[in-house]
Amino acid sequence: MMREHNIYVYMFIMAAVTYLIRVLPLTLIRGEIRNRFIKSFLYYVPYVTLAVMTFPTITQATGSPVSGAVAFVAAILLAWFGAGLFPVSVISCIVVFVIELFILH
Amino acid sequence: MWSNRQAFRNGNRDGIPIALGYFAVAFTLGIAAKSAGFSALQAAIVSLTNLASAGQYAGFTMVRDGASYATMAVMILVTNARYMLMSSALSQKFDEKTPFFHRLLVGYSVTDEVFGICVSVPGKLNPLYAYGAMLLTVPGWTLGTYLGVVMGNVLPARVVSALSVALYGMFIAIIIPPARKSRVILGLISVSMVLSAVLTYVHFFDLIPSGVKVILLTVVISTAAALLFPVREDPYSQIRTDGSYASNSEEGGQE
Repeated sequence: MMREHNIYVYMFIMAAVTYLIRVLPLTLIRGEIRNRFIKSFLYYVPYVTLAVMTFPTITQATGSPVSGAVAFVAAILLAWFGAGLFPVSVISCIVVFVIELFILH
Repeated sequence: MWSNRQAFRNGNRDGIPIALGYFAVAFTLGIAAKSAGFSALQAAIVSLTNLASAGQYAGFTMVRDGASYATMAVMILVTNARYMLMSSALSQKFDEKTPFFHRLLVGYSVTDEVFGICVSVPGKLNPLYAYGAMLLTVPGWTLGTYLGVVMGNVLPARVVSALSVALYGMFIAIIIPPARKSRVILGLISVSMVLSAVLTYVHFFDLIPSGVKVILLTVVISTAAALLFPVREDPYSQIRTDGSYASNSEEGGQE
């Protein structure tokens, strides 16, 4: 059944649709948006999206929900007290690794 | 706006953790590509041209199941639609004097993570910042996929598990500092996470693909926030210019 479809056509569709989704808003919205509602909406979008994508997914990404949850809390505390992107990321990884040494066999 | 040199170097610096996380995620994605019948080179090309974890995963699944081309297009549209919102937000970070072709190039790199760091630079975005990050993230993503297909399960599960939180750690590092300064953003993040958990764990919502859940929650919560706490004037122009990240929070409501 798969033979009826060409894998390169699939690959082209994936690339084209993905690129258009990203580049259309950037090229169509050229100027500064004046509308206060839209401005506020777009201002809040990143925080909501990143928050939604982080939790609870982080607890499902690791070998055990516990290690993911501890990394989540650790990352929040670190970021709250001023650690940058790289330290927060790396320490989260180390936290998961160490915890899973103890709870996963 | 940063000077070109400074922007590029800052992009490099912030691209490192993203590239590490990408490498791990792409590695597991390569395994999925292999099971869908992709060669290592084909899978790497998909990664290079898509830069989209959920979208690619859905795409590989479609190929494996021999879906129609139309189904493939719709599926990619749905799983990647959140990038449309991100690109719209990012359009406001471009200086009107920045040459047009930069939009075509930066647009290519709008992933969750690169978007996250680009939208939180102080002031307007110097495209070289995005390129500095892309220089690391794109090879990390592409190479990770290639090796995932070739090496399958060589990397210990423990290591993959640990690396897979790198991306989330970074998201947290992006959204928490502004939340510390603005109660509106702190509340917004809390509400977002709680509702996200509800949509994940309540079985009633199981049929909604996860990409759609992200869009739904983003649109609903951001709309509510925009109505309840409209920002004053130009939120981006009030971002402090001391080089600190995501310090664009003082204006978040309080009115």
